[in-house]
Amino acid sequence: MLRDIDLELAPGSVLGLVGPNGSGKTTLLRLLATLLEPDQGKATILGGRSGTEEVYRARPGIGLIGHTPSLIPELTLEENIEHMARLGGHQPLRGRQALSVVGLEEVMTRRADASSHGMLRRAEVALLLLRRCRLVLLDEATTGLDAEAAGLVGALVERTRESDGGVVMVSHDRSRLDGCDSILTLSEGTVEVSP
Amino acid sequence: MTLWSQALEIARVDLQVERRLGDTARIILPFAVVALLVFPLAMGARLAEIRAIGPAVFWSLGILFGMQVALRQSATDSSTRRDVYALIGLDPVARLLGRAMSGGVLLTGFLLVLFLAMVVLYGPELASGSWWVLVVSSLLFAIGLTQLSTLAGEVTAGLRNRAGMASLIIAPLSIPLVIGASQALAAIPGGTGILPWILLMVATDMAMAVVGIGLARPLEEASR
Repeated sequence: MLRDIDLELAPGSVLGLVGPNGSGKTTLLRLLATLLEPDQGKATILGGRSGTEEVYRARPGIGLIGHTPSLIPELTLEENIEHMARLGGHQPLRGRQALSVVGLEEVMTRRADASSHGMLRRAEVALLLLRRCRLVLLDEATTGLDAEAAGLVGALVERTRESDGGVVMVSHDRSRLDGCDSILTLSEGTVEVSP
Repeated sequence: MTLWSQALEIARVDLQVERRLGDTARIILPFAVVALLVFPLAMGARLAEIRAIGPAVFWSLGILFGMQVALRQSATDSSTRRDVYALIGLDPVARLLGRAMSGGVLLTGFLLVLFLAMVVLYGPELASGSWWVLVVSSLLFAIGLTQLSTLAGEVTAGLRNRAGMASLIIAPLSIPLVIGASQALAAIPGGTGILPWILLMVATDMAMAVVGIGLARPLEEASR
């Protein structure tokens, strides 16, 4: 689907990807997340070359918020983030603190399947805050969010940029990518640099 | 976090989710007991035959309903959760081990309750020593079946007809476990040795573990 893509993301930069449905935005994001391998060519993400075991070591530095929530529906928001915190080798207490930062302190005992889309998105932002990722990948992350929640995503982007990390934001709506340093437009699997 | 701590965390959360969903205790187990009840009702008053077939019916239903326990909803990860697990640094072997642990606990409990129901409904003549053989057999059977089901679940991850496909993989490969478990129990009254049957199950379990550890990473990567 993707062809002739040559892309380098500098530390501390924010890249926007825009394009119509089916243009390959999510595929490119999954390549950057090391969840897909290129059929041809090479991808080196946080020092890990695609097709080698290096990518497994690079993965904990990568954070992804995708289209659909990744939380376990039967667990509460608090249990979900504690679970992820434990698996990632973090203190569960830090998970609860991250939930407070994103404004979920009052509802953290609510089950994920009884939480709104905005709450689930906030919980996923909390997980990325907890993990302090060097590469943050956001796929339509602000879609359907109120201004306050969208502001939290913006704060996550700024924090990653300030700590010399990289951010890639995907949207089909160019106006959501205002804060990006550069924007690439994808069309039928090819890419062009936008002003 | 070590591989074992990750595996224990996966198993803990699996059991927590299962406790809330209740698939095993509220759906699969009652249906399995009803299935046990069907045979004596169909056979009428032939008590001697009912007593004789009890253990065989138990193991047949054990494998059929055991597959449902092993492939329960709480042992299934959505594709987005699998992505997050990979990015958070969860070792695929730990995920496989954790699933096998939680499935093993549930399946062992399931088999023990089903056996009690079989004893009550069929009244089989159990030789002394049957109980410890049953516990050991159930444990080995549960470990093997959950490992096999977890592997089958990984192979069929993301497929629309996952449950059906996974069952087709599990059924033929679980034959050594069914033979070992049923023959170990049957060997007690005849005075023949149970050791070969226990060893058959141990060997099957170990083979599953080796295959699982070797294939965990490739299967996870191929499932995307």
